Amino acid sequence: MQHLAVREPLVATPAGALPSTVASLVEADTRMTGKPKPAAPATVASTVSPTGDLRPNAAMRFVQWLGTDVVPPLLVVLALLLIWELACASPQSSLPAPTKIWAEAKDLILDPFFVAGPQDIGLGWRVLTSLQRVAIGFGLAAIVGIALGALVGQSQWAMRGLDPIFQVLRTVPPLAWLPISLAAFRDANPSAIFVIFITAIWPVIINTAVGIRNIPQDYRNVAQVLRLNQLEFFWRIMVPAAAPYMFTGLRIGIGLSWLAIVAAEMLTGGVGIGFFIWDAWNSSRLSDIVVALVYIGVVGFVLDRLVAWVGQIATRGTAAS
Amino acid sequence: MIAPLQTVSHSAPRPGSTGQPFLKLDGIDKTFMRGGTSTNVLKDINLVIGNGEYVSIIGHSGCGKSTLLNLIAGLTPVTSGAVLLEGQEVNEPGPERAVVFQNHSLLPWLTVYENVTLAVDKVFRGIKSKSERHEWALHNLGLVNMLHAKDRRPSEISGGMKQRVGIARALAMEPKVLLLDEPFGALDALTRAQLQDSVMEIHARLGNTVIMITHDVDEAVLLSDRIVMMTNGPSATIGEVLDIKIERPRKRLDLVDDHTYVRARAAVLEFLYARHKAPGLEAAE
Ligand SMILES: Nc1ncnc2c1ncn2[C@@H]1O[C@H](COP(=O)(O)OP(=O)(O)O)[C@@H](O)[C@H]1O
Ligand SMILES: [Mg+2]
Repeated sequence: MQHLAVREPLVATPAGALPSTVASLVEADTRMTGKPKPAAPATVASTVSPTGDLRPNAAMRFVQWLGTDVVPPLLVVLALLLIWELACASPQSSLPAPTKIWAEAKDLILDPFFVAGPQDIGLGWRVLTSLQRVAIGFGLAAIVGIALGALVGQSQWAMRGLDPIFQVLRTVPPLAWLPISLAAFRDANPSAIFVIFITAIWPVIINTAVGIRNIPQDYRNVAQVLRLNQLEFFWRIMVPAAAPYMFTGLRIGIGLSWLAIVAAEMLTGGVGIGFFIWDAWNSSRLSDIVVALVYIGVVGFVLDRLVAWVGQIATRGTAAS
Repeated sequence: MIAPLQTVSHSAPRPGSTGQPFLKLDGIDKTFMRGGTSTNVLKDINLVIGNGEYVSIIGHSGCGKSTLLNLIAGLTPVTSGAVLLEGQEVNEPGPERAVVFQNHSLLPWLTVYENVTLAVDKVFRGIKSKSERHEWALHNLGLVNMLHAKDRRPSEISGGMKQRVGIARALAMEPKVLLLDEPFGALDALTRAQLQDSVMEIHARLGNTVIMITHDVDEAVLLSDRIVMMTNGPSATIGEVLDIKIERPRKRLDLVDDHTYVRARAAVLEFLYARHKAPGLEAAE
């Protein structure tokens, strides 16, 4: 059951804290001097400027960041767009070329927040609708998942009894839950939220339980000598000690939530981004679909980074003992 | 602002008024059960420790020293016999028997100060005011010379410093008995000497009862009023108890050729390496 606990502990790697900027600074430094410097990356910038003036430094850092993190992916995207354009240039092509997408879906790309009618709104609004469902479903999954995980991780018997069930249930694909939740709730919106909840909760439970089982005996001994009660033990020892594991579970959970909401909305309808894709497909607006895909990808990425970032702040100090 | 040391109630030596021993280990046996097999680790441990005494427990690795300390701390239940503190049977852990663990056991997500206040707030809530508790935490960090690092996290300080904080946390609980499990074992010789001096000084000032596990003969003789020597396991027991009648305060340099010191040291070495060799050493000869 350990395999859901991601191997890369979210907080243990300092390079993970500021993945792009810090790494690129080190890289740039390496390239300039010709040999790798083991010095702490954070100090690199401040030692460069002998005057202690931060302005040219910040500018230099910005230029370096552009050079290492912005320009290369930009070039690759441009190259891909070019290949795509060439491949779909012919009028018989079944998929739209980038220029055609631009011509057909310019309003969607340029203005995420227009409102032109009840079903004719910007993709930003649709994403927000989907995010609202994710927020409720994932929020519930986080609270219930951590509580259940704490319970399961604390008790040998609960672990033995419940773990096999969790392991089976977590492999059920999100959409397989939809019919039964529609039957139970008789309404699309709560059903979609339930699908998020049931999809995201398993990694949260399992990782929390693993984290709690891994609390060192030393910390438990300290708690016992101090006679901490259950509540104090939960807040002062269990939560901080297991936090890196919890955030690993939450990070997997938010990714699954976003996968699930788009699929669920295709079936339940409404104004979410998932239904937009389905609707566009039914009325053969392929260009709109491509734009929606980009929105979904970017939002998923941001969600993942957001949880990772919160985890980094919340668990600072826990992982390094 | 800091309570005068004399007011620490239990630190004042209690001249044997009632005749009741301060801490008594009464016929303790300990057997671990694990998956059908049982190991008898400790057998028939009897010892009486007076208030304010500094007692070292020495023995070869694996003989059951940590187990004995955990029994006194209440972290492990006895199989038979009893630990009696001021006549009361010990059957659960508590702050009146504070432990300094071998690997410091500081909580890494708390600063040095927060690690100590966690203990202070828990033990003295309702007894001391918030500002008194703050002062008391700082006072104890001062005792171990760690005030300068109070806002750092355990990962940012050295091993010796962590152990100092562990001692401050234990002292801050104002324990009746201070239990130290190889407190200096993981430290280099110089840091260890410094910490030994600190502990001696604190013991002289506060008069705590201390039980310290060690496998370092010099450390045991330097710090202790009595050295309890344990036989090898399984079924380890107390082989011999040695009184160290050296005047305090003790200075490590003066002791180098002190007769009592040299003889005590020889006696412990003789016990450990002639009469009760480590099982591995025995086989090698
Ligand atoms: N929880 C336990 N379960 C089973 N055996 C244990 C347990 N704790 C300690 N022991 C055994 O008790 C013996 C003494 O261990 P310990 O007290 O740690 O020795 P020491 O501290 O003197 O090195 C060892 O043989 C060890 O394997
Ligand atoms: Mg030990």
